[in-house]
Amino acid sequence: MSEATDLPLWAAIAVAVFLLVGAALALIGAIGFLRLPTFYERIHAPTLGTSWGVGGVMVASMIFFSVTSGRPMMHEILIGIFVTVTTPATFLLLARAALHRDRVEKTKGVPEKHRADIVNND
Amino acid sequence: MFPFPILAVFLVLMWLLLNGFTLGHLIIGTMVAVFACWAMASLRPEKPRLGKWYLLPKLLGMVLYDVAKSNAQVAAVILRSGSRRHNPAFLTIQLQTHNHFSLAVLAIVLTSTPGSAWLEYDSNDNTVLLHVLDLDDEAKWRDMVKNRYEKLLMEIFV
Amino acid sequence: MSAIIVFTAVAVAQLMLAAAMAIASVRMFGGPRAQDRIIALDTLYINAMLMLVTFGIGTGRVIYFEAALVIGMLGFVATVALAKFLMRGEVIE
Repeated sequence: MSEATDLPLWAAIAVAVFLLVGAALALIGAIGFLRLPTFYERIHAPTLGTSWGVGGVMVASMIFFSVTSGRPMMHEILIGIFVTVTTPATFLLLARAALHRDRVEKTKGVPEKHRADIVNND
Repeated sequence: MFPFPILAVFLVLMWLLLNGFTLGHLIIGTMVAVFACWAMASLRPEKPRLGKWYLLPKLLGMVLYDVAKSNAQVAAVILRSGSRRHNPAFLTIQLQTHNHFSLAVLAIVLTSTPGSAWLEYDSNDNTVLLHVLDLDDEAKWRDMVKNRYEKLLMEIFV
Repeated sequence: MSAIIVFTAVAVAQLMLAAAMAIASVRMFGGPRAQDRIIALDTLYINAMLMLVTFGIGTGRVIYFEAALVIGMLGFVATVALAKFLMRGEVIE
Protein backbone atom coordinates (compact mmCIF):
# COMPACT_ATOMS: atom_id res chain seq x y z
CA MET A 1 0.00 0.00 0.00
CA SER A 2 2.90 2.36 -0.60
CA GLU A 3 1.13 4.22 -3.42
CA ALA A 4 -2.02 4.84 -1.41
CA THR A 5 -0.24 6.72 1.38
CA ASP A 6 0.48 9.80 -0.72
CA LEU A 7 -3.09 9.92 -2.05
CA PRO A 8 -5.03 13.06 -1.08
CA LEU A 9 -8.05 12.48 1.13
CA TRP A 10 -10.68 13.51 -1.43
CA ALA A 11 -9.24 11.04 -3.97
CA ALA A 12 -9.18 8.24 -1.40
CA ILE A 13 -12.82 8.85 -0.50
CA ALA A 14 -13.85 9.03 -4.18
CA VAL A 15 -11.99 5.78 -4.96
CA ALA A 16 -13.56 4.04 -1.96
CA VAL A 17 -17.10 5.20 -2.82
CA PHE A 18 -16.94 4.21 -6.50
CA LEU A 19 -15.28 0.89 -5.69
CA LEU A 20 -17.86 -0.01 -3.04
CA VAL A 21 -20.81 1.04 -5.23
CA GLY A 22 -19.49 -1.03 -8.15
CA ALA A 23 -18.79 -4.12 -6.05
CA ALA A 24 -22.14 -3.81 -4.24
CA LEU A 25 -24.00 -3.63 -7.57
CA ALA A 26 -22.13 -6.73 -8.79
CA LEU A 27 -23.06 -8.56 -5.57
CA ILE A 28 -26.73 -7.48 -5.75
CA GLY A 29 -26.81 -8.65 -9.37
CA ALA A 30 -25.46 -12.05 -8.36
CA ILE A 31 -27.98 -12.33 -5.48
CA GLY A 32 -30.82 -11.48 -7.84
CA PHE A 33 -29.52 -14.02 -10.31
CA LEU A 34 -29.78 -16.65 -7.57
CA ARG A 35 -33.15 -15.63 -6.14
CA LEU A 36 -35.40 -14.67 -9.06
CA PRO A 37 -37.70 -17.53 -10.07
CA THR A 38 -37.77 -17.69 -13.91
CA PHE A 39 -35.03 -17.47 -16.53
CA TYR A 40 -36.43 -14.35 -18.17
CA GLU A 41 -36.39 -12.54 -14.83
CA ARG A 42 -32.93 -13.83 -14.01
CA ILE A 43 -31.49 -12.41 -17.24
CA HIS A 44 -32.03 -8.89 -15.85
CA ALA A 45 -29.97 -9.34 -12.71
CA PRO A 46 -26.39 -9.76 -14.03
CA THR A 47 -26.86 -6.61 -16.17
CA LEU A 48 -26.62 -4.72 -12.89
CA GLY A 49 -23.03 -5.86 -12.52
CA THR A 50 -22.13 -5.33 -16.16
CA SER A 51 -23.47 -1.77 -16.45
CA TRP A 52 -22.70 0.43 -13.45
CA GLY A 53 -20.97 -2.37 -11.53
CA VAL A 54 -18.16 -2.38 -14.08
CA GLY A 55 -18.52 1.38 -14.46
CA GLY A 56 -18.02 2.06 -10.76
CA VAL A 57 -14.92 -0.11 -10.42
CA MET A 58 -13.41 1.35 -13.61
CA VAL A 59 -14.02 4.94 -12.46
CA ALA A 60 -12.38 4.09 -9.11
CA SER A 61 -9.38 2.61 -10.91
CA MET A 62 -9.12 5.61 -13.24
CA ILE A 63 -9.16 8.08 -10.32
CA PHE A 64 -6.61 6.04 -8.35
CA PHE A 65 -4.06 5.61 -11.13
CA SER A 66 -4.52 9.16 -12.48
CA VAL A 67 -3.86 10.68 -9.04
CA THR A 68 -0.99 8.39 -8.04
CA SER A 69 0.84 8.65 -11.36
CA GLY A 70 0.17 12.37 -11.75
CA ARG A 71 -1.08 12.11 -15.36
CA PRO A 72 -4.48 11.06 -16.71
CA MET A 73 -4.74 7.27 -17.07
CA MET A 74 -7.87 6.60 -19.04
CA HIS A 75 -7.26 3.11 -20.36
CA GLU A 76 -9.77 1.49 -17.97
CA ILE A 77 -12.45 3.19 -20.05
CA LEU A 78 -11.64 0.63 -22.78
CA ILE A 79 -12.78 -2.25 -20.55
CA GLY A 80 -15.88 -0.26 -19.62
CA ILE A 81 -16.83 0.40 -23.25
CA PHE A 82 -15.98 -3.15 -24.26
CA VAL A 83 -18.07 -4.79 -21.54
CA THR A 84 -21.08 -2.50 -21.93
CA VAL A 85 -21.17 -3.07 -25.70
CA THR A 86 -20.51 -6.82 -25.73
CA THR A 87 -22.60 -8.06 -22.80
CA PRO A 88 -25.93 -7.05 -24.39
CA ALA A 89 -24.89 -8.98 -27.51
CA THR A 90 -24.32 -12.19 -25.53
CA PHE A 91 -27.50 -11.75 -23.49
CA LEU A 92 -29.47 -11.12 -26.66
CA LEU A 93 -28.19 -14.32 -28.24
CA LEU A 94 -28.84 -16.28 -25.04
CA ALA A 95 -32.36 -14.89 -24.72
CA ARG A 96 -33.15 -15.89 -28.30
CA ALA A 97 -31.70 -19.35 -27.69
CA ALA A 98 -33.72 -19.76 -24.49
CA LEU A 99 -36.91 -18.55 -26.22
CA HIS A 100 -36.31 -20.99 -29.04
CA ARG A 101 -35.73 -23.90 -26.63
CA ASP A 102 -38.79 -23.01 -24.56
CA ARG A 103 -40.97 -22.87 -27.66
CA VAL A 104 -39.71 -26.20 -28.92
CA GLU A 105 -40.46 -27.74 -25.53
CA LYS A 106 -43.78 -25.84 -25.29
CA THR A 107 -43.05 -24.40 -21.85
CA LYS A 108 -45.97 -22.49 -20.30
CA GLY A 109 -45.85 -18.70 -20.04
CA VAL A 110 -43.74 -18.10 -23.13
CA PRO A 111 -45.22 -15.91 -25.88
CA GLU A 112 -45.96 -17.74 -29.11
CA LYS A 113 -44.60 -16.91 -32.52
CA HIS A 114 -46.83 -16.20 -35.54
CA ARG A 115 -44.79 -18.50 -37.73
CA ALA A 116 -44.24 -22.09 -36.73
CA ASP A 117 -40.60 -22.15 -37.74
CA ILE A 118 -38.30 -19.61 -36.13
CA VAL A 119 -35.08 -21.50 -36.77
CA ASN A 120 -34.42 -20.38 -40.33
CA ASN A 121 -35.61 -16.80 -40.32
CA ASP A 122 -32.31 -15.00 -40.44
CA MET B 1 -6.81 5.11 -48.81
CA PHE B 2 -9.14 5.53 -45.81
CA PRO B 3 -12.27 3.47 -46.33
CA PHE B 4 -13.46 3.90 -42.71
CA PRO B 5 -12.24 7.24 -41.30
CA ILE B 6 -14.21 7.12 -38.02
CA LEU B 7 -13.10 3.56 -37.29
CA ALA B 8 -9.49 4.54 -38.05
CA VAL B 9 -9.65 7.50 -35.62
CA PHE B 10 -11.05 5.29 -32.87
CA LEU B 11 -8.40 2.61 -33.47
CA VAL B 12 -5.63 5.21 -33.17
CA LEU B 13 -7.22 6.56 -29.99
CA MET B 14 -7.45 3.06 -28.53
CA TRP B 15 -3.81 2.37 -29.40
CA LEU B 16 -2.70 5.60 -27.70
CA LEU B 17 -4.84 4.87 -24.62
CA LEU B 18 -3.24 1.45 -24.26
CA ASN B 19 0.35 2.51 -24.89
CA GLY B 20 0.54 6.13 -23.74
CA PHE B 21 1.03 9.08 -26.05
CA THR B 22 4.40 9.27 -27.83
CA LEU B 23 5.22 10.15 -31.43
CA GLY B 24 6.39 6.60 -32.15
CA HIS B 25 3.16 5.08 -30.89
CA LEU B 26 1.15 7.60 -32.89
CA ILE B 27 2.91 6.42 -36.10
CA ILE B 28 2.57 2.70 -35.29
CA GLY B 29 -1.05 3.18 -34.23
CA THR B 30 -1.87 4.99 -37.47
CA MET B 31 -0.30 2.21 -39.52
CA VAL B 32 -2.24 -0.46 -37.59
CA ALA B 33 -5.46 1.51 -38.02
CA VAL B 34 -4.99 1.91 -41.78
CA PHE B 35 -4.27 -1.79 -42.28
CA ALA B 36 -7.18 -2.77 -40.04
CA CYS B 37 -9.49 -0.55 -42.08
CA TRP B 38 -8.33 -2.19 -45.31
CA ALA B 39 -9.02 -5.59 -43.77
CA MET B 40 -12.44 -4.31 -42.71
CA ALA B 41 -13.14 -3.01 -46.23
CA SER B 42 -12.52 -6.47 -47.69
CA LEU B 43 -15.40 -7.76 -45.54
CA ARG B 44 -17.69 -5.23 -47.27
CA PRO B 45 -19.87 -4.33 -44.26
CA GLU B 46 -22.91 -2.14 -44.63
CA LYS B 47 -21.91 1.46 -43.95
CA PRO B 48 -23.97 3.56 -41.53
CA ARG B 49 -25.29 6.84 -42.88
CA LEU B 50 -25.27 9.42 -40.16
CA GLY B 51 -27.86 12.18 -40.18
CA LYS B 52 -27.74 14.44 -37.15
CA TRP B 53 -24.56 12.93 -35.68
CA TYR B 54 -24.28 15.77 -33.15
CA LEU B 55 -27.18 14.17 -31.25
CA LEU B 56 -24.96 11.20 -30.31
CA PRO B 57 -23.66 12.80 -27.05
CA LYS B 58 -27.29 13.48 -26.07
CA LEU B 59 -28.10 9.81 -26.65
CA LEU B 60 -25.07 8.78 -24.58
CA GLY B 61 -26.08 11.03 -21.69
CA MET B 62 -29.67 9.76 -21.80
CA VAL B 63 -28.52 6.14 -21.81
CA LEU B 64 -26.11 6.64 -18.89
CA TYR B 65 -28.85 8.37 -16.88
CA ASP B 66 -31.52 5.77 -17.68
CA VAL B 67 -29.18 2.87 -16.94
CA ALA B 68 -28.26 4.39 -13.56
CA LYS B 69 -31.95 4.93 -12.73
CA SER B 70 -32.86 1.42 -13.81
CA ASN B 71 -29.94 0.05 -11.76
CA ALA B 72 -31.42 1.59 -8.63
CA GLN B 73 -34.91 0.26 -9.44
CA VAL B 74 -33.74 -3.30 -10.15
CA ALA B 75 -31.51 -3.31 -7.06
CA ALA B 76 -34.55 -2.29 -5.00
CA VAL B 77 -36.65 -5.06 -6.59
CA ILE B 78 -33.98 -7.68 -5.81
CA LEU B 79 -33.32 -6.51 -2.24
CA ARG B 80 -36.96 -6.45 -1.18
CA SER B 81 -38.08 -9.53 -3.11
CA GLY B 82 -40.42 -11.36 -0.79
CA SER B 83 -42.07 -8.39 0.85
CA ARG B 84 -43.56 -7.01 -2.37
CA ARG B 85 -43.93 -8.96 -5.60
CA HIS B 86 -42.71 -7.35 -8.78
CA ASN B 87 -44.59 -7.79 -12.02
CA PRO B 88 -42.55 -9.38 -14.83
CA ALA B 89 -44.13 -9.26 -18.26
CA PHE B 90 -43.51 -9.78 -21.97
CA LEU B 91 -44.17 -6.77 -24.17
CA THR B 92 -44.54 -6.63 -27.97
CA ILE B 93 -43.79 -3.25 -29.49
CA GLN B 94 -44.37 -2.18 -33.08
CA LEU B 95 -41.38 -0.23 -34.38
CA GLN B 96 -41.19 2.27 -37.23
CA THR B 97 -37.53 2.19 -38.17
CA HIS B 98 -36.13 -0.47 -40.50
CA ASN B 99 -32.56 0.82 -40.29
CA HIS B 100 -30.18 -1.92 -39.14
CA PHE B 101 -27.98 0.44 -37.14
CA SER B 102 -30.91 2.00 -35.28
CA LEU B 103 -32.18 -1.45 -34.41
CA ALA B 104 -28.74 -2.60 -33.24
CA VAL B 105 -28.24 0.46 -31.03
CA LEU B 106 -31.77 0.16 -29.66
CA ALA B 107 -31.18 -3.53 -28.84
CA ILE B 108 -27.93 -2.76 -27.03
CA VAL B 109 -29.45 0.14 -25.10
CA LEU B 110 -32.52 -1.81 -24.00
CA THR B 111 -30.57 -4.92 -23.03
CA SER B 112 -27.90 -3.04 -21.11
CA THR B 113 -30.65 -1.33 -19.14
CA PRO B 114 -31.19 -3.74 -16.23
CA GLY B 115 -34.97 -3.43 -16.16
CA SER B 116 -35.59 -4.50 -19.74
CA ALA B 117 -34.26 -7.15 -22.11
CA TRP B 118 -34.62 -7.41 -25.89
CA LEU B 119 -35.63 -10.97 -26.69
CA GLU B 120 -36.51 -11.17 -30.36
CA TYR B 121 -36.96 -9.00 -33.41
CA ASP B 122 -39.32 -10.00 -36.18
CA SER B 123 -38.36 -8.43 -39.51
CA ASN B 124 -41.61 -9.48 -41.18
CA ASP B 125 -43.94 -7.21 -39.22
CA ASN B 126 -41.18 -5.08 -37.64
CA THR B 127 -42.10 -5.89 -34.06
CA VAL B 128 -39.84 -6.55 -31.12
CA LEU B 129 -40.48 -8.77 -28.11
CA LEU B 130 -39.23 -7.29 -24.84
CA HIS B 131 -39.17 -8.68 -21.34
CA VAL B 132 -39.63 -6.17 -18.53
CA LEU B 133 -38.74 -7.08 -14.96
CA ASP B 134 -41.17 -4.76 -13.18
CA LEU B 135 -43.99 -3.60 -15.42
CA ASP B 136 -45.83 -0.96 -13.43
CA ASP B 137 -47.23 1.02 -16.35
CA GLU B 138 -47.25 -0.50 -19.82
CA ALA B 139 -47.92 2.83 -21.60
CA LYS B 140 -44.86 4.36 -19.93
CA TRP B 141 -42.57 1.65 -21.33
CA ARG B 142 -44.01 1.92 -24.83
CA ASP B 143 -43.61 5.66 -24.67
CA MET B 144 -40.00 5.31 -23.52
CA VAL B 145 -39.01 2.96 -26.33
CA LYS B 146 -40.89 4.74 -29.09
CA ASN B 147 -40.67 8.41 -28.23
CA ARG B 148 -37.55 8.64 -26.11
CA TYR B 149 -35.21 6.38 -28.05
CA GLU B 150 -36.61 5.46 -31.44
CA LYS B 151 -37.28 9.05 -32.53
CA LEU B 152 -33.76 10.13 -31.57
CA LEU B 153 -32.22 7.11 -33.34
CA MET B 154 -34.25 7.82 -36.48
CA GLU B 155 -32.77 11.31 -36.53
CA ILE B 156 -29.21 10.06 -35.99
CA PHE B 157 -29.22 7.25 -38.55
CA VAL B 158 -30.98 8.16 -41.79
CA MET C 1 -5.52 8.11 6.73
CA SER C 2 -6.17 7.87 3.00
CA ALA C 3 -4.23 4.59 2.89
CA ILE C 4 -6.58 3.13 5.52
CA ILE C 5 -9.66 4.27 3.57
CA VAL C 6 -8.44 2.77 0.29
CA PHE C 7 -7.24 -0.43 1.94
CA THR C 8 -10.54 -0.98 3.75
CA ALA C 9 -12.57 -0.25 0.61
CA VAL C 10 -10.45 -2.65 -1.45
CA ALA C 11 -10.80 -5.39 1.18
CA VAL C 12 -14.59 -4.97 1.43
CA ALA C 13 -14.97 -4.82 -2.35
CA GLN C 14 -12.92 -7.99 -2.73
CA LEU C 15 -15.12 -9.77 -0.18
CA MET C 16 -18.27 -8.65 -2.03
CA LEU C 17 -16.89 -9.72 -5.41
CA ALA C 18 -15.80 -13.08 -3.97
CA ALA C 19 -19.32 -13.58 -2.62
CA ALA C 20 -20.74 -12.68 -6.05
CA MET C 21 -18.42 -15.22 -7.68
CA ALA C 22 -19.45 -17.90 -5.18
CA ILE C 23 -23.15 -17.20 -5.84
CA ALA C 24 -22.59 -17.34 -9.60
CA SER C 25 -20.85 -20.69 -9.28
CA VAL C 26 -23.79 -22.02 -7.23
CA ARG C 27 -26.02 -21.19 -10.22
CA MET C 28 -23.49 -22.62 -12.63
CA PHE C 29 -23.43 -26.00 -10.90
CA GLY C 30 -27.10 -25.97 -9.94
CA GLY C 31 -28.59 -24.99 -13.31
CA PRO C 32 -31.50 -25.73 -13.83
CA ARG C 33 -31.13 -25.19 -17.60
CA ALA C 34 -28.10 -24.77 -19.85
CA GLN C 35 -28.91 -21.09 -20.46
CA ASP C 36 -28.71 -20.42 -16.69
CA ARG C 37 -25.31 -22.05 -16.56
CA ILE C 38 -24.01 -19.94 -19.45
CA ILE C 39 -25.21 -16.69 -17.85
CA ALA C 40 -23.65 -17.84 -14.58
CA LEU C 41 -20.34 -18.34 -16.39
CA ASP C 42 -20.69 -14.86 -17.87
CA THR C 43 -21.34 -13.34 -14.43
CA LEU C 44 -18.43 -15.33 -13.00
CA TYR C 45 -15.89 -13.98 -15.48
CA ILE C 46 -17.14 -10.40 -15.23
CA ASN C 47 -16.78 -10.58 -11.44
CA ALA C 48 -13.32 -12.14 -11.80
CA MET C 49 -12.38 -9.26 -14.08
CA LEU C 50 -13.61 -6.71 -11.53
CA MET C 51 -11.67 -8.60 -8.85
CA LEU C 52 -8.46 -8.24 -10.89
CA VAL C 53 -9.00 -4.49 -11.32
CA THR C 54 -9.59 -4.25 -7.56
CA PHE C 55 -6.32 -6.13 -6.97
CA GLY C 56 -4.68 -3.59 -9.24
CA ILE C 57 -5.95 -0.72 -7.07
CA GLY C 58 -4.81 -2.54 -3.92
CA THR C 59 -1.27 -3.18 -5.13
CA GLY C 60 -0.91 -0.05 -7.26
CA ARG C 61 0.26 -2.02 -10.31
CA VAL C 62 -1.07 -1.50 -13.84
CA ILE C 63 -0.27 -5.06 -14.95
CA TYR C 64 -3.59 -6.38 -13.54
CA PHE C 65 -5.44 -4.16 -16.00
CA GLU C 66 -4.06 -6.11 -18.94
CA ALA C 67 -5.12 -9.42 -17.43
CA ALA C 68 -8.60 -7.95 -16.91
CA LEU C 69 -8.74 -6.81 -20.55
CA VAL C 70 -7.81 -10.30 -21.78
CA ILE C 71 -10.42 -11.93 -19.53
CA GLY C 72 -13.07 -9.54 -20.80
CA MET C 73 -12.30 -10.26 -24.46
CA LEU C 74 -11.96 -14.04 -24.18
CA GLY C 75 -15.00 -14.36 -21.93
CA PHE C 76 -17.16 -12.55 -24.48
CA VAL C 77 -16.08 -14.87 -27.28
CA ALA C 78 -16.65 -17.95 -25.10
CA THR C 79 -20.16 -16.85 -24.11
CA VAL C 80 -21.13 -16.03 -27.70
CA ALA C 81 -19.88 -19.42 -28.89
CA LEU C 82 -21.84 -21.21 -26.14
CA ALA C 83 -25.00 -19.22 -26.92
CA LYS C 84 -24.64 -20.03 -30.60
CA PHE C 85 -24.20 -23.70 -29.78
CA LEU C 86 -27.33 -23.62 -27.64
CA MET C 87 -29.32 -22.13 -30.50
CA ARG C 88 -28.17 -24.24 -33.43
CA GLY C 89 -26.32 -27.22 -32.01
CA GLU C 90 -23.14 -26.12 -33.78
CA VAL C 91 -20.79 -23.15 -33.50
CA ILE C 92 -19.57 -22.67 -37.07
CA GLU C 93 -22.00 -23.42 -39.84
